[in-house]
Amino acid sequence: MSAPVIPTSPTVDAVMAAQRAKGFTTRSIKRESKGQALRLALSMVDLTTLEGKDSPEKIESICRKAVSPMPERCDIPSVAAVCFYPSMVKIAAEALAGTGVKVASVATGFPSGQFPLDVRLRDTEEAIQDGADEIDMVINRGAFLSGRRQEVYDEILAVAKLCRDAWTSDKHVHLKVILETGELETLDNVRLASDLSIVALGESGLLDEPGGGFIKTSTGKISPAATMPVTLVMLEAIRDAHRRDGVYVGMKPAGGIRAAKPAWHYLCMVKETLEGLDGSAGCPWLSPSLFRFGASSLANDILRQIVKLETGTYPAAYDFSEA
Amino acid sequence: MVRESIDKTLKMFIGGAFVRSESGRSEAIGNRLRVCRGSRKDLRSAVEAASKAQPGWSSATGYLRGQIMYRMAEMLEGRSAAFASLLGETGKAEVAAAVDLLVSCAGWSDKHQQILGTANPVAGPYHNFTVSEPVGVVGVVCPDAPPLLGFVSLIAPAIVAGNAVVVLASRSSPAAAVEFAEVIATSDIPAGVVNILTGDLAELSPHFASHREIAGLVAAGVDRETRRVLELGAAENLKRVSVIDEPVSVERWRAGIGPGAIERTLEFKTIWHPSSA
Repeated sequence: MSAPVIPTSPTVDAVMAAQRAKGFTTRSIKRESKGQALRLALSMVDLTTLEGKDSPEKIESICRKAVSPMPERCDIPSVAAVCFYPSMVKIAAEALAGTGVKVASVATGFPSGQFPLDVRLRDTEEAIQDGADEIDMVINRGAFLSGRRQEVYDEILAVAKLCRDAWTSDKHVHLKVILETGELETLDNVRLASDLSIVALGESGLLDEPGGGFIKTSTGKISPAATMPVTLVMLEAIRDAHRRDGVYVGMKPAGGIRAAKPAWHYLCMVKETLEGLDGSAGCPWLSPSLFRFGASSLANDILRQIVKLETGTYPAAYDFSEA
Repeated sequence: MVRESIDKTLKMFIGGAFVRSESGRSEAIGNRLRVCRGSRKDLRSAVEAASKAQPGWSSATGYLRGQIMYRMAEMLEGRSAAFASLLGETGKAEVAAAVDLLVSCAGWSDKHQQILGTANPVAGPYHNFTVSEPVGVVGVVCPDAPPLLGFVSLIAPAIVAGNAVVVLASRSSPAAAVEFAEVIATSDIPAGVVNILTGDLAELSPHFASHREIAGLVAAGVDRETRRVLELGAAENLKRVSVIDEPVSVERWRAGIGPGAIERTLEFKTIWHPSSA
């Protein structure tokens, strides 16, 4: 493979990133705007379960929840997607056929990625064959931290090409690249890994469609998972890629976002970082096609807040189905 | 040189932490003290802390809960002088009654189950048992007086049963309940099992009543309007609600303790079990 044309990544001022990220938590979002933010955030959720004890029954139940988060209310939007292990993709694809809710599958030896490349590629292929609309791959952090960046790039490109080659006229498989930022040590590394992934996504042709490729913070398996400074750095990489090449790369913070309030803090961050880039009035990234939350308990807290906002009464946890 | 004494900031107690109201509000009590004026959001945070702590607390053995309550009694005894001076003339007797009440309640920790549970005769090849369980998160509205004993007599039976409580302290003299938070903080009760708010009754009672995570309400010495608000809101999600007309008194505290008081915050479950015969 030819050497990647990775733009030199700027260094990140960690103190300023933390300070800037903190600023987004001070926006006053009340009443109508809160209601809107809650609904938008719900529509961006990738409802996730990634446990060894996942069973077909649990997957079916989560799929039902994904389509109608509050079955008694048809004005509550569906979530964007469900996110499972590859072995569950067939069941999910069947359960969600025709609903508009996407099936995402983690692949490439999730969560460690410590498997031979051919096994990781085969993993991806099978998930696509089984009906996955989106693949959440992990990067090779060991190689990245050892400085073998070309290897990381080549592997991302190989997985991305698999997804791109599977495109048909009516179905475009999307790819999310999980950086596992909790293992990358520094924000400089986060920025570098983001740029590397974005270039590989572009090279593969997945970015021919806005949101064909995402970068994602974490697997959710290690702590810290998604944090606001890390997400800010990744959003800035997305912003710079748009300025450079006009591409629309999606963003998915995952893990650790359990409550509605942090979710709208993230939305503020997206708006203020990526607004007005292409001369349009709105922010294209404030849409499930370009922004997702990877979460399992976030959806229920959003529902709680919606009910609280409308009725003035705090609902109990048992008022909503677990899955 | 004369040294100025340092006044204590009277904070609320939520999730094991001493906090001010998120609203930033406080109000004067008498001419020297200021206490936090807790808000709806403080109540929400307290309920969240309570519902997180309750499952662990209720799964501890009754014996352990009793031991921890003895420890509370010990801690209160050790600080009796401070409490007595806080409470004024009748303080000494009130603190003594509160300590005795805690000890008495601790004794019931692994015994109320036998008194309140039953083995029921049924016409069929079954054993039939009724057993008690804590309701979960209990909202407690304290009487204005007696400030310490009123508080202790309502929370002790609720927590010994395995509930977590969110308490609104006496409005006229909240200092004793706030001070009691330090007893709780040093007695091995898990954070979040007891949460103490200070604030306005009319402002907070509708939220105590309507918060669906609160599964039971106990109030004493409240007016008719508050009672109406609590009972109406409680009906919404079938909370158990007990409004006690006569608050406890220093002379007659024994009347208000024992299985009857514990029963207010229990739910009963009846189990059918096939018998061999």
